[in-house]
Amino acid sequence: MTVATVQPHDAAGPEQAVRLVVVSAGVSDPSSSRLLADRTAQKAVDLIRASGGSATVGTVELGPLAVDIAQAIVSGFPSDRLRNAFERLAAADGLIVSTPVYKAGVSGLFKSFADLLDNDLIIAKPVVLAATAGTARHSMVVDEQMRPLFAFLRAIPAPTSLFAAPEDWGHSELGERIARAATELVLLLRSGVGSAIADTAWNGYDHRFGGTATRAERTADDVDFSTDLMRLAAGGKL
Amino acid sequence: MQFGIFTVGDIAPDPVTGYTQSEAERIGNIVRIAQKADEVGLDVFALGEHHNPPFVPSSPTTLLGHIAALTRRIILSTSVTLVTTNDPVRIAEEYAMLQHVAKGRLDLMVGRGNTVPVYPWFGKDIRQGVALALENYNLLHRLWREDVVDWEGTFRTPLQGFTSTPRPLDDVPPFVWHGSIRTPEIAEQAAYYGNGYFANHILAPNLHFKPLVDFYRSRFEHYGHGTREQAIVGLGGQAFIARRSQDAVKTFRPYFESYPIFRGSSLDDYMAGTPLTVGSPQEVIDKTLTFREGFGDYQRQMFAVDSMALPVEMALEQIELLGTEVVPVLRKETASLRAPDVPEAPTHSDLVRAKYGDAEPRQPRPNPNRGDNLSGASPYQDSDPDAEARFPQVV
Repeated sequence: MTVATVQPHDAAGPEQAVRLVVVSAGVSDPSSSRLLADRTAQKAVDLIRASGGSATVGTVELGPLAVDIAQAIVSGFPSDRLRNAFERLAAADGLIVSTPVYKAGVSGLFKSFADLLDNDLIIAKPVVLAATAGTARHSMVVDEQMRPLFAFLRAIPAPTSLFAAPEDWGHSELGERIARAATELVLLLRSGVGSAIADTAWNGYDHRFGGTATRAERTADDVDFSTDLMRLAAGGKL
Repeated sequence: MQFGIFTVGDIAPDPVTGYTQSEAERIGNIVRIAQKADEVGLDVFALGEHHNPPFVPSSPTTLLGHIAALTRRIILSTSVTLVTTNDPVRIAEEYAMLQHVAKGRLDLMVGRGNTVPVYPWFGKDIRQGVALALENYNLLHRLWREDVVDWEGTFRTPLQGFTSTPRPLDDVPPFVWHGSIRTPEIAEQAAYYGNGYFANHILAPNLHFKPLVDFYRSRFEHYGHGTREQAIVGLGGQAFIARRSQDAVKTFRPYFESYPIFRGSSLDDYMAGTPLTVGSPQEVIDKTLTFREGFGDYQRQMFAVDSMALPVEMALEQIELLGTEVVPVLRKETASLRAPDVPEAPTHSDLVRAKYGDAEPRQPRPNPNRGDNLSGASPYQDSDPDAEARFPQVV
């Protein structure tokens, strides 16, 4: 597994390595959720390298952030460690998110983390969705819970969802599905469709001033003063 | 620089004694707290507005009018006046009356309010909250500056030939602060009018509000009211003071830990990561001076001292310590650090001087009732004859 640090987002350029970030809500060590995500990340890195590119992979493990996540849910404000995790997601070109299934749903830790993300943090970012469970009966959790969640966040989930029950780790089909999802992710990244959507249609989404998204408005220079509300603020009419 | 206290008038069971103040007791205690703040020489007392338990101040102008009669020097203000669910015409009338009875010791802070059911209870749509706040303030601004207002907007019934009475004291409207914690449109409106901008600066990480304050400063300059450094900024803060730091932490901890929004949070994290100070007067002074380093020279520092179920005796002691040991030092320090061309927050007498110089302020005298409870097309003896009231036609 290649683990490299994520570059700060303002260092990005056309020649830069592709920045992948794994988000894992697995809590065991070793964790099958983390393993599924790592294998997908490694496959994506291999594909990028095979076509002459380079890639880095960073990891956000949610287990060590569990208390920070719970406190931020209650207080409304993230800790520095949590803010750092958001910034790493914002700076990523593509994401691989992976969670265990508990009680017929995504882990509460994963959902709580997602609940804390700015609505515009991962707009049009390609994402591979992955989950692991103790039984194949939970296999629809990825498509029925994670896909709507990432649709709400306006991300671009890869067409192939990844799911692994214990028996899947003994079948080559899992490796094939991982390769398919990684290929989809790499093609989405190579097409540039995500950043093109974010660049072109950014003003059409709801944003929070001072947010964490890479394109968030942080100073008066970033703000669109031609909106109805801004005109009303300057003594105009709706 | 002005230093004061602000309260939302909440009631909660005292976690140490289990005692819950009645509404009658809390109202009486708010009055005592305001009087104490006046006695110890604080500059501002600000009262919030809520329309639901466990908060008592639903009618801030009534309570502040009473406090005005019992105090001598302190400026009365609000934290905040709900500019969304109140009719801006009533805000104009009630606060102008309060400004008269307080003899000019009044400014106010307008804000949106974040208690969701209050909007439907008052027939408003919270999804329109920002637009409501902006439009309502635009109207309020005119009602205090024009004898006769014809107006039509989106949210309120139109006005034809309307005069808000009484006209502001000396025909100089109360200074207005716009309170906002996340909305650049509100900061933009404050900047457009050259009004003050207030960040509550509590419950949030250190410097969390700096981007909005900086936004307001640059837009204040953009609209030509002065340089960005001269913009009128107010900050909140929260402090619990004891002579010895360890006593402060020991006394305050149960109040912090049992308060709903802090449950599960660590007091030490909050002290390190947010503007909250729990400690000796010197520690409060040191922490407060860091606000200036972060936000630049600013005009008003407010402290929350009577919330979180603190018994009134303890709140009064806090005000005593604030007024006698903390604020005098902060006044001196901030005065020596302040850039020479940064103005103070304007008081009524500053605004009167700015408008009239040495001349006598205008004292509007109405024309006589012409028999239909109206004074005719020109409401005051000295009204601009070109700005005539055009009353609604009754068919």
